[in-house]
Amino acid sequence: MVVFEKPKSLTDAPLHYCPGCTHGIIHTLVAQAIDELGIEGTTIGVAPVGCSVLAYNYFKFDMAEAAHGRAPAVATGIKRALPENIVFTYQGDGDLASIGMAETVHAATRNENITVIFVNNAIYGMTGGQMAPTSLPGQVTQTSPYGRDTSTAGFPIRVSEMLATLDGPEYITRVAVNNVKNVRNAKKAIKKAFENQINGKGFSLVEVISSCPTNWGMTPQKALEWIDENMIPYYPLGVYKDRSAEKGEEA
Amino acid sequence: MSEKVLMKGNEAIAEAAIRAGCRHYFGYPITPQTELAAYMAKRMPKIGGVFLQAESEVAAINMVYGVAGTGLRVMTSSSSPGVSLKQEGISYIAGADLPALIVNVQRGGPGLGGIQPSQSDYFQATKGGGHGDYHLIVLAPSSVQEMADMTVLAFDLADKYRMPAMLLADGTMGQMMEPVVLPEPSTSTVEKPWAITGTKMQREHNCINSLYLQSGDLERTNFERFEKYKVIEENEALYEEFMMDDAEYCVVAFGIAARVSKNAVVAAREKGLKVGMIRPITLWPFPKKPLAAAADKVKGFVSVELSMGQMIEDVKLATECKKPVVLCNRAGGMIPSPEEVLASIEKMAGGNN
Repeated sequence: MVVFEKPKSLTDAPLHYCPGCTHGIIHTLVAQAIDELGIEGTTIGVAPVGCSVLAYNYFKFDMAEAAHGRAPAVATGIKRALPENIVFTYQGDGDLASIGMAETVHAATRNENITVIFVNNAIYGMTGGQMAPTSLPGQVTQTSPYGRDTSTAGFPIRVSEMLATLDGPEYITRVAVNNVKNVRNAKKAIKKAFENQINGKGFSLVEVISSCPTNWGMTPQKALEWIDENMIPYYPLGVYKDRSAEKGEEA
Repeated sequence: MSEKVLMKGNEAIAEAAIRAGCRHYFGYPITPQTELAAYMAKRMPKIGGVFLQAESEVAAINMVYGVAGTGLRVMTSSSSPGVSLKQEGISYIAGADLPALIVNVQRGGPGLGGIQPSQSDYFQATKGGGHGDYHLIVLAPSSVQEMADMTVLAFDLADKYRMPAMLLADGTMGQMMEPVVLPEPSTSTVEKPWAITGTKMQREHNCINSLYLQSGDLERTNFERFEKYKVIEENEALYEEFMMDDAEYCVVAFGIAARVSKNAVVAAREKGLKVGMIRPITLWPFPKKPLAAAADKVKGFVSVELSMGQMIEDVKLATECKKPVVLCNRAGGMIPSPEEVLASIEKMAGGNN
């Protein structure tokens, strides 16, 4: 029997996301993890600037809205002030990997005991589909109308691989939400990222490969296929760093 | 009563902040506020506090935003170029109505400028500084004692009015050593039901935010904030009057410029010139009332500044240009001498008598 109910830590506010956008799935996975761990009353979330800017309307726990890219710094402040609380950021690719790259790298290298949910859909959605730091080579966007030309616009940044080179962070993993199997794996990774924080293990980042049918100019179904055909080959799924597992500790 | 100790201004701010209950400090290295961060780095770990050297000024002010959201006392300090970088965060802190302390130990600008003292961030500090309509409470100490006392006052006012406060000092004030009586530990308790502390499943969620996508809502928050500013302008303006009772000329100066000017006023008196001084202690709210009153009495004003003339605009506004206002200034890290200030006073007096 399959039982499904709306997570308790989601509000009843209708989501503003476009049809076929996977933010709704990721919000649900975060809320499910928080429900299952029984931490709604102590959790404080930090919303980014970007499509998920209004995430604070959808979660029932306390929230802070950060300036563009600054969520890891804001979360650092909150966690340092309230170390017993659970603090996480929810950020897109422009927020985390472009304007907020310094905050991301330094929160990771300090091993701040926070959880970061990094939604990578290879485009700026909120502002209408501009090239992101994670846009693929040749990807057509509003600001790369002839396709991302790597000779002038550089190459996409593989955030998980890059952060995994640091000694600081506890857990870096990349998942996707384009099919049921991947969604289930994403759920496990997100829950583990929160468990790590509860157990005081430190900085845990889950990169979630996500779709943007509106700005990719595709049907929702086609966008999910595009993840398999284009995104995952460039951004392979998997665990990039898991310090406790490396040390042979129990998760 | 605490005993007198000899301290640098920067250190006095740090110790006063700790005594005011601040246990969270975030900063980034910059001259000439170095001693403040160094003091915090030494002290905070010993008293269960947090000192964190951030990756940038931008990160530091956003860490401040995070702690301020939890309702705890928090501060950052920097100097002019660094404070420019903090402006984004300061605007968000003001927009989210959060109390916090920002210390600017000013140096000369624009650009990388220099490392010598300046007052050329007056506009930035008093008119908002970042984007949008907002103010900071701006306190301008002119002694190490005031640096300590105003640090405590800044925290108290920030909590009282739920807004950021700035201590606007300069390189001289930060570096000079003077005897100071340190404040007693703060007993201030302000309820902060808006803070994000976790709902504990006992209340609706709180949200620290400055985003209002509905124009009407955003307009309302702006009007409400400016109603609060009116109350502050009415109640919190601080200033010192020196020899103003029979004054025919009025020097206006704050911070280190006021200390220099005081000597010039005394020297002018010795020469038989009836000169006094009004020293704004809060730069925002600007002490408009004593200046307006003086405008009906005196023949003219001399605004003494370590800038190309910024406060002079507020002096003209406060006095409604009823009397001439002249500028006596040095810039780029230079400080006017008492003789230069006296010469400005004499020139004005000569031109008006």
